[in-house]
Amino acid sequence: MNKSIVKEKAWGWPAACLDLPVWGIYCPGCQHPTVARLIAEVTDELGVGDRVILVMGVGCHAFAGFGLNFDTISSCHGRAPDLATAVKRIYPDTIVFNLQGDGDCIAIGAGPFIAALTRGEMITVIMLNNNNYGTTGGQLAPTTLMGQRTSTSPEGRIAGREGFPAHVAELAAGFKGTAYSARGALNTIANYQRTKRYIKTAFKKQIDNVGFSFVEVLSACPANWHLTPLESLKWIEEKVIPEFPLGEFRNVDRIE
Amino acid sequence: MAERMLVQGNEAVGWGAVSAGCLYFFGYPITPQNEIPEWFARELPKRGGVFVQSESETGSINMLMGGASTGVRCMTSTSSPGWGLMQEGISSISAAELPCVVVLVQRGGPGGGSIRHSQMDYMAVTRGGGGGGYKNIVLAPASVQEVHDLMQLAFYLADKYLNQVVVLSDGIIGQIAELMEVKTIDFGPLPEKDWAVRSIGRQKDGKRRMISHGKGVIAGPPYFTYIAYLDHLKEKYQQMADAEVRYESYQTDDAKLILVAYGYVARVSKEAVNMARDQGLKVGLIRPITLWPFPYQQIREKAQLGCNFLVAEDSMGLLVEDVRIGVEGKAEVNLLDISARHMPTDGGMILPGRVLQEIRRVL
Repeated sequence: MNKSIVKEKAWGWPAACLDLPVWGIYCPGCQHPTVARLIAEVTDELGVGDRVILVMGVGCHAFAGFGLNFDTISSCHGRAPDLATAVKRIYPDTIVFNLQGDGDCIAIGAGPFIAALTRGEMITVIMLNNNNYGTTGGQLAPTTLMGQRTSTSPEGRIAGREGFPAHVAELAAGFKGTAYSARGALNTIANYQRTKRYIKTAFKKQIDNVGFSFVEVLSACPANWHLTPLESLKWIEEKVIPEFPLGEFRNVDRIE
Repeated sequence: MAERMLVQGNEAVGWGAVSAGCLYFFGYPITPQNEIPEWFARELPKRGGVFVQSESETGSINMLMGGASTGVRCMTSTSSPGWGLMQEGISSISAAELPCVVVLVQRGGPGGGSIRHSQMDYMAVTRGGGGGGYKNIVLAPASVQEVHDLMQLAFYLADKYLNQVVVLSDGIIGQIAELMEVKTIDFGPLPEKDWAVRSIGRQKDGKRRMISHGKGVIAGPPYFTYIAYLDHLKEKYQQMADAEVRYESYQTDDAKLILVAYGYVARVSKEAVNMARDQGLKVGLIRPITLWPFPYQQIREKAQLGCNFLVAEDSMGLLVEDVRIGVEGKAEVNLLDISARHMPTDGGMILPGRVLQEIRRVL
């Protein structure tokens, strides 16, 4: 045996992902577990997994929380920024992040989210935007596209009745206490890699004590969009991204 | 000689909490409890603690849930409308079995009501307003010193049972100033908070901790079924009910009529008992200190001895229902309620002379 051969892990299960049946809960083509994997890869690469505390919201995204090997708190629907605030203030040397859905973050949780932005809390929020309430069967969300049919907007979203889609990454970027705000997608390899970079940057902003950091990830929900997984990726490219442009909306290294 | 100072009941909340080692407070302004968050905002930074002004009472209770998850002693306070906003969080804290303390300084209701005193939240607190039928220990101080002392007991009981404890004050107890001695009370040893979330690097065994308010639904230790979890809660609530009943009994040995009152009306009622005794009337007072668990047994024993009851409370009649449960139909239960205030305004109070008048009427 040649002892000079050095084996390096090129690809595989991230250390922060637990080998639990939770990953099999997700519908075919759902991208929530993909986001969880990206987070796990990022904390592995930054070497901070043992300092991380995860606060989960309520929604499909929360299953991923069970499968990530971090100290975890499950919050009430929409209240994750409140819990994360307390945890970070009590243990300032930990890295506290929320995994929230779009309904969790900007419908029922808009109050605590805006309040955490106002206070410029040193936390990271990863918001999965699938344009509807996936867990409860595909109802209208603040992020539902114009004309998009859901079980509570059966004729499609109309401006005079349900208003316009909420743009959360742009909203978060408007607060002075925000160090970083970006929106990514997972529909192409290039977007996947960009989104991973966004998540990594968001965690770094917290590690460097800069300020609040936020990443919105456009996430496919084939079951409730009534599309195949492949059609969902096309839908994201043609319908979702034109409404929700990708990119970094705020990226600062110092807040005064 | 121990240090004694003149402080308000609301400030005594702060002194009692820091005597118990509580260094974290999350709160939102609401009258008549504003002195509590103001005290912590002023005093906690000096002591190395953290005060956060939340965006709402819903924010306060969820920050408290986050704080309690980390294993530190922490608390919030509010008044009646804020209590309503907190209910989902209180239910979830109870479900997740997180030790923490909530102080409720009651004001007049229903709704926005008045910003002055009342005792109108008795049912909302002892029966729980959130879903699921959880139980919280409820402590009811009747003096500034007792606010300070019960705050410490509250933190101890919270840690002992891994349960939320409520300290139920009111606008009078919160606003009066009395001499108070600051002292740390030792209630004995408590188990280590090995379950708390601190990040894996801080855990002695290097294993993750998970705090959930949906235990037993996803099977995993220690509860592999939902019913196993509920059986555990039932057992814990029974232990609290058996072990933690506290009450003050005053002049009850030979009494024919027993007054039952808590909080500021208990102070008033005690004075009325003294006045009645001066007139040779055989009257006593049972003052529940724990409103849950309630001293049903003590009330029942007096009912079996032939005593009748007069409940005095500054509400439309809430505490009286627990007294009726206690007597099991074996005694007469009279009620002197909020209509007996000396003025028909939100500033009116039930005063000792009025209680004495009622004693003479029912005896």
